[in-house]
Amino acid sequence: MYDVIVIGAGAVGSATARELSRYSGKFLVLEAEEDVCSGTTKANSAIVHAGYDAVPGSKKALYNVRGSEMMEDLSKELDFAYKRIGSLVICRKDQDRSVLEKLLEQGKKNGVRDLRIIERDEIVSMEPNIDDDVVCALYAPTAAIVCPFGMCIAFAENAADNGVEFAFNSGVKQIKKADGHFVIETEKGVFEAKAVVNAAGVYSDVLHNQVSEKKLHITPRKGEYELFDRADGDFVHHTIFQLPSALGKGILVTPTVHGNLLLGPTAEDIENKEGTNTTADGLSQVEKMAALSVKNIPYRDVITSFAGLRAHEDGGDFIIGECEDCEGFFDAAGIESPGLSSAPAIGADLAQMVAEKLSLKKNESFNGTRKGILDPKKLSIEERNELIKKNPAYGQIICRCESVTAGEIIDAITRTLGAKSLDGIKRRTRAGMGRCQAGFCTPRQMDLLEKYAHLTPEEVTKSGGDSVLVFGKTK
Amino acid sequence: MENYDLVIVGGGPAGLAAAISARKEGIQSILVLERDDRLGGILNQCIHNGFGLHTFNEELTGPEYAGRFITQLLDEKIEYRLNTMVMDISHDRVVTAMNSRDGMFQIQAKAVVLAMGCRERSRGALNIPGYRPAGIYTAGCAQRLVNMEGQMPGKKVVILGSGDIGLIMARRMTLEGAKVEVVAELMPYSGGLKRNIVQCLDDFGIPLKLSHTVVNIEGKKRVEAVTIAEVGPDRKPVPGTEERYECDTLLLSCGLLPENELSKACGVELSRVTNGPVVNDSLETSVPGVFACGNVLHVHDLVDFVSMEAKNAGHYAAAFIKNGEETGERIIDMVCDGKVRYTVPQMIRPDDMEETLTVRFRVANVYKNASIVVKAAGKELVRRKKQIMAPGEMEQVVLKKADLASADRVDIGIEEA
Repeated sequence: MYDVIVIGAGAVGSATARELSRYSGKFLVLEAEEDVCSGTTKANSAIVHAGYDAVPGSKKALYNVRGSEMMEDLSKELDFAYKRIGSLVICRKDQDRSVLEKLLEQGKKNGVRDLRIIERDEIVSMEPNIDDDVVCALYAPTAAIVCPFGMCIAFAENAADNGVEFAFNSGVKQIKKADGHFVIETEKGVFEAKAVVNAAGVYSDVLHNQVSEKKLHITPRKGEYELFDRADGDFVHHTIFQLPSALGKGILVTPTVHGNLLLGPTAEDIENKEGTNTTADGLSQVEKMAALSVKNIPYRDVITSFAGLRAHEDGGDFIIGECEDCEGFFDAAGIESPGLSSAPAIGADLAQMVAEKLSLKKNESFNGTRKGILDPKKLSIEERNELIKKNPAYGQIICRCESVTAGEIIDAITRTLGAKSLDGIKRRTRAGMGRCQAGFCTPRQMDLLEKYAHLTPEEVTKSGGDSVLVFGKTK
Repeated sequence: MENYDLVIVGGGPAGLAAAISARKEGIQSILVLERDDRLGGILNQCIHNGFGLHTFNEELTGPEYAGRFITQLLDEKIEYRLNTMVMDISHDRVVTAMNSRDGMFQIQAKAVVLAMGCRERSRGALNIPGYRPAGIYTAGCAQRLVNMEGQMPGKKVVILGSGDIGLIMARRMTLEGAKVEVVAELMPYSGGLKRNIVQCLDDFGIPLKLSHTVVNIEGKKRVEAVTIAEVGPDRKPVPGTEERYECDTLLLSCGLLPENELSKACGVELSRVTNGPVVNDSLETSVPGVFACGNVLHVHDLVDFVSMEAKNAGHYAAAFIKNGEETGERIIDMVCDGKVRYTVPQMIRPDDMEETLTVRFRVANVYKNASIVVKAAGKELVRRKKQIMAPGEMEQVVLKKADLASADRVDIGIEEA
C-alpha cells in the first residue's frame, strides 16, 4: 500500500512528486507513456507567463504568479534552463488600446511586478523585426522562458533520488475507492494507495469522474507550432504575444532557451485526446498570424512543426485540491496555460494538502538539489580537455547539429529515470533536435541505446511502445 | 596551437581529392579532419555501382570509388584524424576541433579547404502535416541503416521526392524484400538522374507520381498510412485527389542542403541559391585562404565532378600557400538569366584566372532543344544546343581567359527554340 500515488509524470505530476518527497512516506508515480514529460508538457510554448492574463482571484492567477516567482530559484536548485527575457503584448493600430490597459490593471491586481505600457519607438528599439502596424505594447519584464523538458525531468529525477518510485507504460484503467483506500488498476497491474493525486492532463476528467459525482469535462485544445533553426534565435528577444481572445493568448513569437525561434500555438478544440497531429490549415494559420506580430519571418529555416493538447476544463479555471465528494482524491485538472508556469506552485500546494491529510512527517534526508546532464559547451577548452581525458566519450560528437557528445547521451541513458528511447535522449540532451532532425545521428544513437540501455536493435524505439525503428536484419 | 599548411575539413570524396592534389603540388604539411570513423564520407554507404565513369572509365561502387582515393592518400602519407569534429574555423584560419584521443585542439592553417558535404532536407523543413511517429527517415539515413548497420528500417514504403538517393533506396528496399508502394515528386519532373529512374523504378514497376506530395501522415507510434495528393501549378495540393497508402515507412528524398554552419561562423559569404559559399575562379571563398569544393559548395549530381572540382581546390589552395594572398585583382560577376539558376564559380578574376575555367551550373526547369549561351564584352563565347536539360543534372561550360580580358561581366543563359 502506497501512501500516495500520483497519476501522470508531466510537469504537474513530477513537481508534486518532488514536493511529496520532502515528506516521509511511500510514493509512486504512474505514467501511461514510457518516459516522463510525454504529454502536454513536451509540446507547449515553453513560457513562464508573468501572470497578467488570468482573472484576479482565479486559481490560474494565484498559481501563475507564485509559480513564476519560484521558477528562477528552482532552475538553480534543479539545474534546468531558464531565462528571464520579458514579454510584450502588442497592440496594432486597428486594435483597442484599452484592452492593454485592462491587462495592465489585471496584472497589478494579480501582483505582477514592473508592468508598463510602452510605445512604438521603445518597442522597435527592443524588437527591430516588429511589424510596422504595432503601435504600443504591454511590457512584462518578469516573464521568462524555460525548457519544459528540463524542468519536468529535473523534478522527476529529484523526486526519484529522494525515494519516489516511478512506473512507466502504466496507464490507469480504473480507480475505485474501497475500505477507505484507492485501488488502481493499470496496464501493469493493480496498485493501492491511501491518497491519489490526479495529474493526468487531458485524461484527468476521465479519472476524476470514476470516483466523483461532480463531473468534470476536459476538451483537448490543440495548439500547433513551428520551430526554427538556432540561427534565428535572435530574430526576437522577448516573447511577443498578441491581444488575447476567448480562445487564449493567440499566436506568440518567442526565442527558446536553446536559441531557436518558436511560433504558435493555434487553438482548436478537438475530440481526440491523442490528436497531436499537425494540419496544413493549422500551420498556415500559425504563419499568417505570426506575420501580424513580426515581419520578415525566415520561413526557410523551419526545422520542425508539432502540436500539443491543452487540457481545457469547461469551467475555464484550474481545478486544484481534494475532490468534494471523494476524500483522499486530489485533482490537478484543467491544467492548460499557464500550467507550465504554475506547475511548481501547484506541486508545492498539492503535496502540502496531501501531507496534511495523511499527517506525513518530514523526510529528514530530503536533498533538494539535483545536477543536470553536464553540458561541455559551457566549459573552457582546458576544462573540456580535462573531462575528455577522464572520459573520452565527451570527445566524441554524436549529434552534429547540436554538438552533443556520446558522454552526454550515455549520462542521459544511465542516470536516474534514464532515457529509453530516441525522444527520451532528445529531451534530455537535445541530440536530434537540430536542423537535420536526427538524419545523421539516428544510427549512432541507436548504438548507444543498445549498449547502455541493453536493448536489441529491434527493441530501440523513438518513443516507446510500437515506435520501433527497425524490423530486423537485412537479407 | 599546432601548425599545418593546409587543413581540409571533411574526408569524403571532396576532401580526399583536394588533399591528394595539394600534395602533388608539393604541399607537405596537410591534415584531413573527418568526423566519421572512416574516410570516404557518404560513399561508404553508396554500395550501388555507377561511380567513376568519368574519372576511371569504369563503373565502381561507392566504397570502391572512395577506396581508390583513400589508397592514394595513404600512399602519399597524408595525415588524417578520424572521429574528429571541427567545432570552429576562425576568420584568420584557426581551426578548432575535437576528438576522444586529442581532446579539443587548435590548428593555425595557412589555407583551409571546406569539404563538409551536405545534409538531407528533413520532414520538419518540408512542413508535412500529420503525426510524428517512428518510420519517417531521410533516404540517406535509411541507406545507412540498410547498407552499413544491416537493419531494415521498413517493410511497406512510400517515398517522397525523386532525388537520386530516394530512387536508389526504392530499388535497395525492394531488393531487401520491402514493398515500395509509390514515389511521389512535388515537381512536374524528377530531381534525379534519368538512368536512376529507369534502373531503380521502371525496372521494378514502382510508380513515379510527378506533381504529387504528402498531405498527411497517420500513426501515433509508427507510421500507419501516408496520404498523397496531386498538386496544382502553385504546388498546393488539389482537394479531391488524395490517395491513402497503408505503409509503415515514409522515406524523404527532397533535396540536399550544403552544410555551411562552420563556413558561416568563419564569416564566409554564402549564396542564397546554392546555400554554399560564393567563390571565385580559384574556388576561394570571401575569406582569403579558405577554399570550398564538393557538396558543401553546391550539390553535385555525380561524384566524378566533385573529385574534379576538389582537385582544383587543392591546386588553388597549394598556390595560395606558396604565393600568399594575391592583391589588386579585378573581379567580374557571372550573371545568370534565371533559367540558369546559379553558376560555380559566381565570380571570375579575368587577369589572374588560369587559361581555361570550367563553370558548372544547374538550370531551373526542364528545357528541350534549347541552347546554353554565354556572352561577355559584346561577344558570344559559347552557344551549345542540348536535346534536354533538367534541374537534376549539372551542366558545364569552359571559358577561356583570352575571351575575358576586356569583359566587365559574363552573362550565361538558356535560349529556347
